[in-house]
Amino acid sequence: MCVAIPGRVIKVNDDATAVVDFDGNTVTAMSGLTTVRPDDYVLVHAGCIIQVMNKKEALELKDLFSELEDM
Amino acid sequence: MKITMEHGSGGLATGRLISEIFEKSFANPVLSEMEDSAVVPGSGRLALTTDSFVVDPLEYPGGNIGRLCVCGTVNDLLMRGASPRYLTCGFILQEGADTEQLIRITTSMAETASEAGVTIVAGDTKVVQGSGGLFINTAGVGFVPEGREISSTECAPGDAIIVSGTLGEHHAAILSSRMKIENSISSDNAPLTDIVGSLMDSGISVHTMRDVTRGGLATVLRELAAAGGVSMEIEQKDLPVDRQVESFCGLLGLDPLYMGNEGKMVAMVSAADSDRAVEIIRNSRYGENARIIGHVTERSEGGKLTMLTRIGGRRILEILQGEGLPRIC
Amino acid sequence: MDADIRTFLKEYDGPDVNIMEVCGSHTAAIAREGIRSMVSDKIHLIAGPGCPVCVTASAYIDRLIELSYIDDTTVVTFGDMIRIPGSRGSLRDAAGRGAHMAMVYSPLDMIEMAAESPEREFVFAAVGFETTAPAYALLLEQLMAKKMTNVRLLTAVKLMTPVIDWLCRKGPRIDGFIAPGHVSVITGSDAFVPAAEKFSLPFAVAGFEGEDILSAIYWLLKSKGKGRVVNLYPEAVKPEGNVIAREKLEKFFEAGNAAWRGMGTIDGSGLYLREEFSGFDAGSRGLDRDSKYNEACMCGKILAGRAEPADCPLFKGGKCTPQDPQGACMVSFEGNCYQSYINGEQR
Repeated sequence: MCVAIPGRVIKVNDDATAVVDFDGNTVTAMSGLTTVRPDDYVLVHAGCIIQVMNKKEALELKDLFSELEDM
Repeated sequence: MKITMEHGSGGLATGRLISEIFEKSFANPVLSEMEDSAVVPGSGRLALTTDSFVVDPLEYPGGNIGRLCVCGTVNDLLMRGASPRYLTCGFILQEGADTEQLIRITTSMAETASEAGVTIVAGDTKVVQGSGGLFINTAGVGFVPEGREISSTECAPGDAIIVSGTLGEHHAAILSSRMKIENSISSDNAPLTDIVGSLMDSGISVHTMRDVTRGGLATVLRELAAAGGVSMEIEQKDLPVDRQVESFCGLLGLDPLYMGNEGKMVAMVSAADSDRAVEIIRNSRYGENARIIGHVTERSEGGKLTMLTRIGGRRILEILQGEGLPRIC
Repeated sequence: MDADIRTFLKEYDGPDVNIMEVCGSHTAAIAREGIRSMVSDKIHLIAGPGCPVCVTASAYIDRLIELSYIDDTTVVTFGDMIRIPGSRGSLRDAAGRGAHMAMVYSPLDMIEMAAESPEREFVFAAVGFETTAPAYALLLEQLMAKKMTNVRLLTAVKLMTPVIDWLCRKGPRIDGFIAPGHVSVITGSDAFVPAAEKFSLPFAVAGFEGEDILSAIYWLLKSKGKGRVVNLYPEAVKPEGNVIAREKLEKFFEAGNAAWRGMGTIDGSGLYLREEFSGFDAGSRGLDRDSKYNEACMCGKILAGRAEPADCPLFKGGKCTPQDPQGACMVSFEGNCYQSYINGEQR
């Protein structure tokens, strides 16, 4: 576990749900665990947004990989 | 033993049901070849096949049970290099079935039959108690020229494995409606008439053909490997998968290798003929995304199917076990 | 990914190392990417109890099946649970005999179902680890907001940190953990620091792509003997995790002892609905009895990493197959035995 993939928020609803797009698949997911805005990249598991993905962190990961190579 | 849904998945359970009950009861050498259609002597060599269609929902994005039944039957005949000619169809209608829907379905059948160049020459209807659904059984007849031998045992080490297009659309379209995930995935249900016709006309010696249906590409190739007694290797980076289908699979924890199609096929030809064969398929209707995805490597008892993964690992592929249910974990 | 890292892993000739992952999706990813073929024979990748349906006690499944036969009740579940056998068969078998079962992708889909049929009772098979539990908390919030009274949960929620502690104390010799990527989204990578320090073991929080897993294995090899945690999935995992999600868990659930199939009871390793929400509970406490579908089944030992599928007489003898599974490890797509079987390890 756990099956979760990142998607893009295309609409935030006012009932604690948001519409998320995954390369053309749209799912209305529960959004009560994070603050989401349109265009955010979010990780969705079992119809629930569990985290907003952080692009800055993703870039820092590349630095981490270079560090790994220096180990 | 009670029949469960797994017996209908096209995977191992289905295979065992067929061999343990049907093959055993009907026992005859033609049936035991377990090819897509049976080539038998007659006036010319006949190819015969039968199929039953129980898809739910009856109408789905890209098609309906009517288009599906014509394509499925026609394609089974084509896979032996036959020219499909005649279809029969028996309908089992459940009480409550809607005639407007039935008209849409039969209209689809007629259109698809015309596209495939076949005639529906016989039929039957029964009604049973139920909740408005319907099932269709078909039989198909075609003719195979003398000397044409296309079957699972004809492939040889060195042969290229070609797939005619992207994986998983049909299963993904059906599952999308069931799991209420919105997308624009359409079933790829289509007759492979143009692709096979062009290949047969080209003079290329096609060794093996099979359509990629229930159980997906991995199941079909693994079965062919076993039937042909060969090892096959495919490369993940060469598998054609549409992005939307790939993401759909990602959402449900599914693998496109095990998702069924209804308008795609694999063909095995000698390496020397492979580039030309791919070009011919790409220029044929429904074959635009054809690719070489691997090769038959050597003879091996029981068969083997291996995939080189994108990161360079090796993965052994077996027949679909279970039903390929969506997962969250 | 750097060629040097790949070469290092393939040619590693140091002392044997045991690396355990405790996430079913990692077990599946390792098989899917062919990771074992990319690391030397001295690097042993052990699949731990990371598949929540695999570690669910048979009593839970039996209870779910019982509920599904009640006339006005429908059991709603994710796909994972459907084929897992209890002591007498699975939900799938029951459906074949007239039980009422529905499969969904999201708990939200069940709300729609329940709203459309107010005269029916719906019981959700609420299984999972920390990744999924917050979805159940949100589900309850939705049910309360909509004032729905025909939905209950039968919970089998388990926690990762207590089982990791248990494994470090009672499991096989482990030299490092690939920490579960999505559980960590909720718990935070810091959640593994206590175990890392207590047992002087390295933990690498990793994502699910082939490169992520190879990087994690590499880092763990280089960090052998050191009690520290590295987060190799920072775009999704924060040190503190998802605080809101944990607050919601705290609101609706409390920790209690839970039975892990074939492994026994682990203190504080389960989450149960608090008393004030017992109206939404379909009777989740006390479903601890765990009987094997087959007496010779070794799933418990295998899940705990103390044996391999090849050690099990049922696996070796071809009596337990995905076609005819005798235990949870073979039924679930991410079960150790299933993955071993389909990778040809039985032959």
